[in-house]
Amino acid sequence: MTSYRLQGRGRVDHGKPVNFTFDGKTYQGLAGDTLASALLANGVHLMGRSFKYHRPRGVVSAGSDEPNALMGTRRGPGRFEPNTRATIQEIREGLEAASQNRWPSLAFDMGAINDNLGSLFSAGFYYKTFMWPRAFWDRVYEPVIRNAAGLGVSPTEPDADSYASRFAHVDVLVVGAGPAGLAAALAAGRSGASVMLVDENAEVGGTLLSEPTVVIDGQPAWDWLAATVAELDGLANVQVMPRTTAIGYYHQNLVGLAQRLTDHLAAPPEGAPRERMWKVRAKEVVLAQGALEKPLVFDGNDRPGVMLASAAQTYLNRYGVKVGDRPAIVTAHDSAWHAAFDLAGAGAKPVVIVDMRASVDPALTDRAHALGIEALLGRTVTGTAGRLRVTSLRVNRMEGGKAGEPRDIGCDAVLMCGGWTPCLHLFSHTQGKLAWDEALQVYLPGRKTEAVQIAGAGRGLWSIAASLGDGANAGAAAARDVGLEAEAPVFGVAADRTGSGITLKELPTDRDPAKAKAFIDFQNDVTAKDIRLAVREGMRSIEHVKRYTTNGMATDQGKMSNINGLMIASDALGKAPPQVGLTTFRPPYSPTTFGTFAGYHQDATFEVTRKTPIDPWAEANGAVFEPVALWRRAWFFPKPGEDMHAAVGRECRGARASVGIFDASTLGKIEVVGPDAVTFMERMYTNPWAKLGVGRCRYGLLLGEDGFIRDDGVIGRIAEDRFHVTTTTGGAARVLNMMEDYLQTEWPDLKVWLTSTTEQWAVVALQGPNARKLLEPFVEGLDISAEAFPHMAVAECTVAGFPARLFRVSFTGELGFEVNVPARHGRALWETLWQAGQQYDICPYGTETMHVLRAEKGYIIVGQDTDGTLTPGDAGLTWAIGKAKPDFVGKRSLTRPDMVAKGRKQLVGLLTEDPKVVLQEGAQIVADPAQPKPMTMIGHVTSSYWSDALGRSIAMAVVVDGRERDGQTLHIPMPGGTITAKVVKSTAFLDPENRRLSA
Amino acid sequence: MLLIHCPYCEQDLPELEFAYAGEAHIARPADPSKLTDEEWRDFLFIRTNPKGVHFERWRHVNGCARFFNAVRETVGDKFLATYRADEPRPDISSLTGDAK
Ligand SMILES: [Zn+2]
Repeated sequence: MTSYRLQGRGRVDHGKPVNFTFDGKTYQGLAGDTLASALLANGVHLMGRSFKYHRPRGVVSAGSDEPNALMGTRRGPGRFEPNTRATIQEIREGLEAASQNRWPSLAFDMGAINDNLGSLFSAGFYYKTFMWPRAFWDRVYEPVIRNAAGLGVSPTEPDADSYASRFAHVDVLVVGAGPAGLAAALAAGRSGASVMLVDENAEVGGTLLSEPTVVIDGQPAWDWLAATVAELDGLANVQVMPRTTAIGYYHQNLVGLAQRLTDHLAAPPEGAPRERMWKVRAKEVVLAQGALEKPLVFDGNDRPGVMLASAAQTYLNRYGVKVGDRPAIVTAHDSAWHAAFDLAGAGAKPVVIVDMRASVDPALTDRAHALGIEALLGRTVTGTAGRLRVTSLRVNRMEGGKAGEPRDIGCDAVLMCGGWTPCLHLFSHTQGKLAWDEALQVYLPGRKTEAVQIAGAGRGLWSIAASLGDGANAGAAAARDVGLEAEAPVFGVAADRTGSGITLKELPTDRDPAKAKAFIDFQNDVTAKDIRLAVREGMRSIEHVKRYTTNGMATDQGKMSNINGLMIASDALGKAPPQVGLTTFRPPYSPTTFGTFAGYHQDATFEVTRKTPIDPWAEANGAVFEPVALWRRAWFFPKPGEDMHAAVGRECRGARASVGIFDASTLGKIEVVGPDAVTFMERMYTNPWAKLGVGRCRYGLLLGEDGFIRDDGVIGRIAEDRFHVTTTTGGAARVLNMMEDYLQTEWPDLKVWLTSTTEQWAVVALQGPNARKLLEPFVEGLDISAEAFPHMAVAECTVAGFPARLFRVSFTGELGFEVNVPARHGRALWETLWQAGQQYDICPYGTETMHVLRAEKGYIIVGQDTDGTLTPGDAGLTWAIGKAKPDFVGKRSLTRPDMVAKGRKQLVGLLTEDPKVVLQEGAQIVADPAQPKPMTMIGHVTSSYWSDALGRSIAMAVVVDGRERDGQTLHIPMPGGTITAKVVKSTAFLDPENRRLSA
Repeated sequence: MLLIHCPYCEQDLPELEFAYAGEAHIARPADPSKLTDEEWRDFLFIRTNPKGVHFERWRHVNGCARFFNAVRETVGDKFLATYRADEPRPDISSLTGDAK
């Protein structure tokens, strides 16, 4: 073990060494170590490189606010995580960690050249540097930004881990298990309330873990902690959850918790989830998140070896690690003095305590003298030296408010303290107001919006005694608020270390402040002068300063930088801090994996795949599938050696020459039933329904109230009071929602019932000249001859022994039938027709062939050929409007001025000059290809296919005043050259007289 | 995630079960053909979009499937009341506690 590990000290297990690697080198730590404490024990301070300047960086904190020590951690294939906080990640046997943002190595990094180009990367550099010339964007700026953006690298393999989620309902949720949180949980737990106590650390205890000398109720802090945890564990109504971060506080006391389950285990149980997301609905919430220590802002405050004083104290007392042999302490608050005293007591030789204040409590200076530590009051710090580790500190006397004579003091660590910030992130999530406290120079919780109590250091109470008492009161109050009798326990505390301090902006310097690299946001490399520059350049709002400088926008969300940034911005603006305001904290409190948010919603449970009853047949018969809405549909059925083009051509020929069979089960279906069904249909759809006879079908067109096409489909009248409505595959739920809306809220007097029947019916379409010959022998109870059962007829009958609704409809232009049978019979019906169809060379076809066949007839697909801005007139569907009807949804909009104005885009056909060229769907259309760029686009291609039947390409397009352009030549500029095409007014490319479907 | 009281199910249920459906109390005119273009435009598109108390429609779409109305305060995003689609607009002052 190295000289930095102190035998017998801390809460780590000195009998349990743990091996891990960092940048390929093996190190040894102890069970209970974090990555950071284990590396420090090995004398490693250099743990990362900064984002912008690639400056060498060491660990700054000992908690989740860590901005520098972010690492990639790995546990075999598919288990890599970037930006793991070394201060939170516990070591485990075999853990692999790697530093980030450096090349080729952490100690020698080419990117550090940025550090000397600082002027290029000053505040607003994103906005200034990459402005011009325009041509540089594609070739220079964007690749450079993309290459430099982001810390760490994204995993390249699918995440091999699983994640869990759970809901919970409790009386009292306590966030933070330091003195205040423990006391709150005790008070609430003893009252019988159901309590959840959560803490982001591996172990509960908070500050007590770093302050073992405090005495509570006559017991040393750690004994009291053990007894308290034992009591809480013994209460069946209390659940204590370490390694659990409250990431967000949402409405009505819903708190999201991210619980880490296996990252600390050398060998996780097989199948154990890695993390679990809890959604906790609490009647009362107690926020006991403590306070965050602020760095001091001076040139070189980011050198490895410079860290927060409280972090050094934590490494010492909790992990038994000395961060240096000769630390220098620089502070504006009493608390750092105690860190120095603790280090001295552990055998380190603190070289100096530099306090920015001119006078401090004499007890502190007396103690320093007794320990042989030089104490310098009323000083400023103006620099540090050392390449990969701090070697000295530059301290100046303050003379008349200015930095005077400097003095260099050798050291191997600098422990800084700029005071404390109450941690109110979660409180801010609730839109709780923060109030500036002039005496403490901090923001404290103000007006509350939820049933929440804030306790302890979150309210600016810096001592353990005060936090315990405050927590106890909060816990008892929460329990009383849920109707229980509760008393706040009283604690006797000795050897507490209450302190006070002042809040500063950047420290005065005798050097050129423009050259100072005094960091505020370590992770985003934002310095004090960046903030002042932003203000000089006109930023007035703190939100603008934040975005211009990127202060507080790194993954630590400004936990360390927010208040320092505010103090400097308000000084530059000449305003008091509360007049400048604070930026908004948003969830998550600390970075959370996508896996935790996804939970069980991975792979097949992320989004369902809907399959028809005939899907297994398609799969067994070699179908290639495509997703349509949530459905998976057979796209085409290639034979061996066929590509898509060949397969679709063959399928098209098969259907047109003899008979094709198609699975149309995904069509949306709604049963509209009731005495007022026909009235309802008259009002919903554009078409007239009153005179549609039972046993007849009609193409139905549905508009929104704005007059634009929403959906369409064939609708059959099954009985006087019963309609079988079909919708587009993707539109079924939307159409039913719209129908329900009108029925429930506009016309509640209508006696109509709506039922989604999409999944009740399997639909087998037979299309082609031999469709009737194939089907006829299987139909019972119905004459399906051309005369008895004409195009657009519907009837209930028996097909192949199954009860059926038989439609004579055609979406191909061929003689066609759609057989609806209860879904459970779909597969059997399909197989029967398939077998019998062999004599006709029956051809199964998929959605691509369906698209080609319908396009050859010019039938539109709503959502492909229409886009929510097309009226029936635009789409050439005015024939579908019941002219005599007084009203229907959308009717009034069709006469609004813009709906009848010239210049609307209309659906037309497009035939390319070269019949072999198939246009690209979505391609833009121009009238004059020679016009200067940017060209005026007058429309776009909506559907485009190779038509086997016509031996040429066909396309549909929406074009401004398209129908008036019949015969005109238009141009489609493409990367490979401009394509010319002729407009045809009618989209019916094949058999416009409909002779085939009437056969 | 809000808890929303469905006035038909008479239960407080998670927001996941519900879908927002626009401003409430905008009845479709009985005879749209009688409306001027401007009146029809207003019916189609013009909404109050208040900062504060908003009357709005919700649907318990993953529950009883009923449409109902709600009063929501849009700044704090809090429901003040929910009521059935056929019930009149409740008095705001009785909900917010200010009798102004
Ligand atoms: Zn309901």
